Parts: sequence; C-alpha cells; structure tokens
Amino acid sequence: MTSTLKISALTKRFGDLAALGGVSLTVAPGERVALLGHNGAGKSTLMKIILGLIPATGGEVTICDAAPGSPAARRAVAYLPENVAFHPALTGEEQIRHYLSLRGESPSLAMGLLEKVGLGQAARRRIGTYSKGMRQRVGLAQALIGNPRLLVLDEPTSGLDPVSRREFYALLDDLAAQGASILLSSHALTEVEARTDRILILSRGRLVAEGTLSDLRRRADLPVTMHVTARNGYAPDIARALPGAILVDGALHLTCAQTEKLETLGRIAGLGDKVADLEVLPPSLEDLYSHFSQQGAQ
Amino acid sequence: MNRILSTAGTEFRIALRNRWVAIALVLMAVFSLVLSLAGSAPTGGLGVDRLSVTVASLTSLSVYLIPLLALLMSFDAIAGESERGTLSLLLAYPIAREEILLGKLVAHLAILTLAVLLGHGLAAGVAIATDENALAGLPALFRLSWSSVLLGATFLGAGYALSALSRRPSGAAGLAIGLWLGLVVLYDLALLSAIVADNGGWFTTDAFPVALLANPADAFRLFNLTASGATAAAAGVGGAADAIPLWQSLSSVLIWPFAALALAAAAFRKVTP
Repeated sequence: MTSTLKISALTKRFGDLAALGGVSLTVAPGERVALLGHNGAGKSTLMKIILGLIPATGGEVTICDAAPGSPAARRAVAYLPENVAFHPALTGEEQIRHYLSLRGESPSLAMGLLEKVGLGQAARRRIGTYSKGMRQRVGLAQALIGNPRLLVLDEPTSGLDPVSRREFYALLDDLAAQGASILLSSHALTEVEARTDRILILSRGRLVAEGTLSDLRRRADLPVTMHVTARNGYAPDIARALPGAILVDGALHLTCAQTEKLETLGRIAGLGDKVADLEVLPPSLEDLYSHFSQQGAQ
Repeated sequence: MNRILSTAGTEFRIALRNRWVAIALVLMAVFSLVLSLAGSAPTGGLGVDRLSVTVASLTSLSVYLIPLLALLMSFDAIAGESERGTLSLLLAYPIAREEILLGKLVAHLAILTLAVLLGHGLAAGVAIATDENALAGLPALFRLSWSSVLLGATFLGAGYALSALSRRPSGAAGLAIGLWLGLVVLYDLALLSAIVADNGGWFTTDAFPVALLANPADAFRLFNLTASGATAAAAGVGGAADAIPLWQSLSSVLIWPFAALALAAAAFRKVTP
C-alpha cells in the first residue's frame, strides 16, 4: 500500500449544482497536504465524502484500502469539523473520555491528550466556560485519539492565537513523522506555506493546481519582486543600471520574470558597494492562489 | 456494547447537569404523593383497597406525565448534536447510528424508570401504611410500573424521530409539544366528539376501538384499567375499557416501543450531516 488516501475522478452533484467535478488526488503516509479554496469551492464536501458522511455521485475513494464510511475506514480516520462546539454541560475530560471509549481506547488516556493540547489545567471545567480557542483544542485532542492513519481537519486553526497555531502545527509534524497523513483546509495561507508538504487548490469543485509551493511558483510564473537599498547618494546610479526600477521610500523596487531572476541578481551584484541591501520577494501564496483560482474559473 | 454504555453514561451525566433527572424525579414523587393521599376519599363504599384506587389515579396521571417527560428529554437528542456541529464528528467515529440511539435511549429510559419507581414506591408506601388491605393492589401497581416504562420508551422513540426530522432543537421542541398535545389531549377529545356525532353507528362500534389501540397513550390507559378491573373508577374514553379485550391493549403496549424506535432509526438514517 503506497497511499493512505486515493481519490480518482470524484464527482458530487447536489441537484443541478456540481459541487465537485472530476477531482483526483492521493495522499501518502506522513504527508501533510493543504486544501485551499474559496468558501463554496467544495472543500467541506470533499472532506465529508472522504469521511463517508455523504455519498459521492461518481468516482472512487479509498482510505487505507477501505471504502469511505466502512468500519475499517472510520477506525483509520480522525476528523475535526469546522466550528465544532461540544456539549456545554460536560467537562473537557468527560468529553474526551467518551470519545476514547467510542474508539475502543482506554478512557484513562484523556488527561494525557488534554495536556498535549494545553488543556491540562481546564480539563475538569465545563466546556460551557471555555473560549473558542479552548473548544478547538478539545477538537484537536479528540482527533489525536488512537494514532489515526489519516487526519481530516477542516479549518483546524480558526480561533487559535498565533502561539497556539505554532504549537498545533508542531503536533501535526510529530504525527506526520510517525506516518500519519494529514489533509487540512485553511484560510490562513501564510501558515500553510510553511507547514505543509503539498498544496491543492480547489476552485468551483475542480482541482486547479496541485504541487509543492515551489512547483506552484514555477508553474504560475508570477514575477519576482526585488527591493534594492542604495548606499547614500548612489540611488540614481542604480536606477540607471536597472531599467524599470521605481524609487519607493528610499529603496528601489523592481519586478522581473522567474526566468530573468538570476540575470537580474547578477546585475545587482555587479553594482558592488553601491548596494547596501537586497531583498528578494517570491510571489506570495495569496498571489498564487488568486492566479490559479482565476485560471480555473476561465 | 462499550460504545453504547459510554454514550449512555455521557447522556445520563448531561441530563443530570441539565436538571432533567431532578425534574423527572420531583414531578413523579410529588404527583404520586398527592394522588395517594387524596385517593383516600373514594375508598369508603367501593370495597376496593386503597392502593388499587391510587393505581387508577396514577394511570390517568401517567398518561399525561410520562409522554411529556419522555419528549422533553428526547427532542434535543439529534437536533442538538446537529446544531453544535458534533453530529458529523460522531458519525465519522466507528459507531453505528443505531448504537448512538440505543445509548441515548438507555440513559433516558433509566431516568424515567427511576422516576417511576420513586413515584410508585412512595404511593405504595403511603397506601400500605394507612390500609392493611393495600397489599392486594401491588400486582396492579407493578403492571402500571412496567407499562409506564414502555410508554416512556415509545415517546422517547417518537422524540428521537422528531429530533432527526427537524434538525433544529427549536423546531424539534415545537414538534414534540405538538405531538404531546395531539396524542394525549386532542386525540381523546376528537374521538369523544366523533362518538357523540356518530350516535352509536359504525364509528362507535368498529373504528373507535381501533383508534384507541392505535394511540400508545390510550392503549396504555386501556391496558391498565382493563387488567385491574378498575373501569368503574375510569372516566372519559377510559370507560371503553370493558369493550376491548386485554390481549389487544397489551399487544399495543408491547409493540409501540419497538415501532417508535424503528421509526426513530429510520428517520436518523436519513439525516446527512
């Protein structure tokens, strides 16, 4: 078995509306894959089909060689829904103990899981008193139960502060290192950029781009921006040497195509002492995302 | 099995914290005590022991109270999970939908059983303490107890079905109250007015007994009144108890819980999170 999750030519229709059209993808063990897309692009629908919560209209999905929703698949998959709110009358510990029992694990593991997500102190308080970020941590704790082979996480870091997000991704790194596959959707593009192996961009139910961040950058061929800071008084010299550069707040901004990047860098290096500092800004994930989404829409 | 028990434990805890356990126990205890104390009045000339009279009063009370308690506990079962967003999570777990329902049923039925046992225990205590012949009424009380639990199971099932159908707790609550009013209050009124209008015709002789047996609340009342021979103490449609054989009302009492739960399972299977 090479891949944990394998989807081929998956389609889903709601009446006349095509929610997913011919989506194919695979996720290998230990791989962290981010699913990006607008609201309504089909991310949640895709996740629900993977979980077996709704049937597909066409195509094939297998999770660890099992059909979605089958007992074997359900045992292998952990899920964190978007905006989940547990019963306010239960404590965090009671809720996790229940989920442990449902997976056939010992309820005594609950405290360890809650400490792992930073809820050790609040474990005996009712979930009704928790903040949104704390409820999200309860959700994460239940997703860690029983060493799942595949984690399906719908907007897992919404409601978490930046420090908690970093801790959360550190947890995911550990899981991935142990061979778990992770499929997550997120709106926070910057964090996905640093923390996932592969990115899938979904637009109107179609997979418009797939690859590592550098793959996507190369394929999109968006211009690279460079900021050159001149030593005192040399700005006009540099501007002459770099046609197309614009002076903004004392620094020269210029853009060039990916293919001209090295040549441009060479020219800047040739200016020697006249250059005080140089910054190279690759196209951001936001730029890539809107590029591929628009391409997909055409 | 473990999954069902864990679900039941969690549900019981929630009901305890939401005060449903306290409400059910207090309601049953208070009403049973009031009825058993007030039940002393008609005993004198009837030559019936005191507990048997109390059982007849408790039967009329249970017809209203047990379905109400059952519906109040069950309307949130699926709609609440759906609103909190935990339903899709729960269904992604390795647990069957029937197991979820069974777990909730075990917890809610346990609460109802506790309430029934407490109420009936108090009633028996009062009756036996004040009338030495009251022991003769114990079989009738026992019959009332187990049939009350079955009536509760029927309305729990109906509550789960409504909860699955409506998806929103507010909608489910409305449907539950509607069902209670319809089956427990308005149904009998409609039957009575139909009989008056019919004036001893086909409806009274053929349709009326079937209509009584089709309603789980009426079947419960018929069964208890027929079995204890207390039709003399009954009023309203309960007076028809003589005309319908015991096995028919017993069958209805036994079949309805399973039918209602099958209905709930069917409605829950249709829910897509």
